[in-house]
Amino acid sequence: MTGLLVTGIGVVAPTGVGVEEHWASLVRGEPAIRPVEGFDSGRYGVPLAGQVRDFVPADHVSPQLMVQTDRWTWMSLAAATLAAEDAGYTAPEDVYATSVFLASGSGGNEFSQHEIQGLWAKGPRSVGAYQSIAWFYAASTGQVSIRDGFKGPSGVVVSEGAGGLDSIGWARRVARRGTPAVLVGGTEAGLCPYAVLCQATGGRLSSAQRPEDAYLPFDRRADGHVVGEGGAILLLEEPGAAAARGATKVWGEVAGYAATHDAHHHEDPAPDAVQYARAIRLSLADAGVSPDEVDLVMADGAGVPELDRLELEALGAVFGGRTTPVPVTAPSSFTGRLMAGGSALDVATALLAMRDGIVPGTAFLTDPVEAPAGVDLVTAGRVRDLSTVVVLARGAGGFNSSLVLRRPAGGPTS
Amino acid sequence: MSTGRRRVVVTGIGVVAPGSMGREGFWDMITAGRTATRRITFFDPARFRSQVAAEVDFDGRRLGLTAQEVFRTDRFVQMAMVAADEAVADSGLAFGADGGPDPDRVGVTLGSAVGATMRLEQEYVSVSDTGRLWEVDPRYASRFLASALVPSCGATELAVRFGAHGPATVVSTGCTSGIDAVGYGAQLVEDGDADVVIAGASDAPISPISMACFDTIRATTDSNDDPEHASKPFDARRNGFVMGEGAAVLVLEELGRARARGAEVYCEVTGYANRCNAFHMTGLKPDGTEMAEAITVALGQGRTDPDEVGYVNAHGSGTKQNDRHETAAVKKSLGPAAGRVAMSSIKSMVGHSLGAIGAIEVAATALAVQRGVLPPTANYEVPDPECDLDYVPRTAREQKVDVAISVGSGFGGFQSAIVLAAPTRRES
Repeated sequence: MTGLLVTGIGVVAPTGVGVEEHWASLVRGEPAIRPVEGFDSGRYGVPLAGQVRDFVPADHVSPQLMVQTDRWTWMSLAAATLAAEDAGYTAPEDVYATSVFLASGSGGNEFSQHEIQGLWAKGPRSVGAYQSIAWFYAASTGQVSIRDGFKGPSGVVVSEGAGGLDSIGWARRVARRGTPAVLVGGTEAGLCPYAVLCQATGGRLSSAQRPEDAYLPFDRRADGHVVGEGGAILLLEEPGAAAARGATKVWGEVAGYAATHDAHHHEDPAPDAVQYARAIRLSLADAGVSPDEVDLVMADGAGVPELDRLELEALGAVFGGRTTPVPVTAPSSFTGRLMAGGSALDVATALLAMRDGIVPGTAFLTDPVEAPAGVDLVTAGRVRDLSTVVVLARGAGGFNSSLVLRRPAGGPTS
Repeated sequence: MSTGRRRVVVTGIGVVAPGSMGREGFWDMITAGRTATRRITFFDPARFRSQVAAEVDFDGRRLGLTAQEVFRTDRFVQMAMVAADEAVADSGLAFGADGGPDPDRVGVTLGSAVGATMRLEQEYVSVSDTGRLWEVDPRYASRFLASALVPSCGATELAVRFGAHGPATVVSTGCTSGIDAVGYGAQLVEDGDADVVIAGASDAPISPISMACFDTIRATTDSNDDPEHASKPFDARRNGFVMGEGAAVLVLEELGRARARGAEVYCEVTGYANRCNAFHMTGLKPDGTEMAEAITVALGQGRTDPDEVGYVNAHGSGTKQNDRHETAAVKKSLGPAAGRVAMSSIKSMVGHSLGAIGAIEVAATALAVQRGVLPPTANYEVPDPECDLDYVPRTAREQKVDVAISVGSGFGGFQSAIVLAAPTRRES
């Protein structure tokens, strides 16, 4: 069976708004991690973040919707439109033929902080009519479905950073049961004071003042990650349905997927990488791909020494037998970690890499840790023909997800 | 569905519901037609429009949680853990022991609409100094806020608790989260990605911010002078839902596996579907078209004829528009059979616990199928011409049911339906 095809991509990311803008920034090797604008995040020990600076919500969202929704939903609405436009997709006659299946991590943070602030400072009557629909994790999915008239089976998954990949996993279940088109991925916007404070309490954020010292996956100097906002939404279509509507663009095929959980500790990862490696192996088996056939791995790249070590251990366990090591890169180092939006953005980046035969580098990786046999840590970007790419993501608490993407026969069309 | 489909059965149930203790306490309460709605005690509700709720007298420590578990987790996680403990014990599965399920083949799907909102709000009061500081003061934050921010902490806690290494996730589709979490759990088993899934939902939304946000849109009742009778689904006098809280967890298991170990089976999950109305975040069109579609698709998956449906466990929130919408959806999907079907809303007794209630209602439906007793709609007195089905008024009914459905409807436009069949049902 051929997997679902990716026929459209919409990106709203620190690296750019629009799929080509994002890609151009990565290819040029321009990190988008900078001092936080808007409030003093330094007091939370988090002076830097990947903010989306050139996003003008009014260009993408109607004034009525803007007042009813959080920044996170603005980004989802924009990315969903961009994905549909990229695919040339318009709502088909069958209203149930399109699903919206997004991941969320932290919901409508800034909107909610305002409303809770008002409630406790002034009383219940200061809470506005839209809090009930702006904050909860399903807000973006619901708003996209309503705006675009998509009535198919829809849902919202929360598995922290793994959510973007897991939304694709669920989309496959929906497609198997007869829905031909599913919007997947997600965005995140957790850069208001309270959400940043919450994330900082986890103890995994870098307190470095300069971007070149901050989020350094697989570097010996790694001491935590930088948070970011944004993400990506992708349109997945069943191949027959895509052909029937005359889809002109195919970015790639979702060839395999699997997820496992460490089930070890509520915060700490399992001391071995057994479950992480199992997720990768299961996804390869699902795709019918051997470790030798993988051309590139987009790593989770936690930027925390212990988590980086475990990721390399998992990769070594799966790819250690290769005669030529597999390139492993972590382009999230350019944007910061976008929680649910991050793994979705990595899928977009992997498809772009496949289209152009360019492996994006890992930002600021100058002193790499020792990689196990079978693994080649990519520092600077390089040219390479890519047919099969594995995208990995982990969620805090022990979620491990792995996705296998394959270039369509004859290469990506556009 | 193909005939080769892996079939999914329910082999364990755990419940944390208002006004009762555990699964059996819950069942006794709802079949007695007793209501658990009362004036809010968690905080002083005097300044709120709606001042009633169905609260759980919940003490995690007394129910087996450790001091550290209670310290680090929100109430929604604690209630999920207690419900899951009961469900797993009920299933007889020996997780982590010889003869227990392969940990790699055990999944977790936990529904929640608002996650750790209670803890996030409580800590916000401190770090913002009662809403005074926008740039909140980090010195008053607990170190567990990072997990509170993202509700997947609930799925993690359950996975760790039972050593479940299969796929785990939180499902958060607002007020259909509970049905959707059980439905997705069933899909994991059907698709061969797990043999056992710990599936359920939990929510603890009785806090000032949640009450305030439903106050402003008048979704909740203002029958503050008579809390016990405040939730009046399908009654002409209904005037909004009563907030609730709680959790329910089901152990879902592949049929062959359950049979092989001689497990007691409550029921089979024969169908699940959801649809969106793509209409309005909170509003519902009176025709119920998309919910009807979800019901029809879910029945079709199990090749079930509408005539076979003996019981509809309603969403029945008690808002004007929901109960009308839902009545229309059942008529549209079941056709003439709707005139004969029994339909009731347990929200009349345990309130509306947002994402949790879907799982609590699936649990009630599974118990109804197993025991041949239909819980009533409490407080139903005055018929509404627009709601003209058999709502099992006030008193439980003894009635054997081969096929039952549970439906849900939520903000965002989500409409879900799940079909449960007695293990003894003869397939035509």
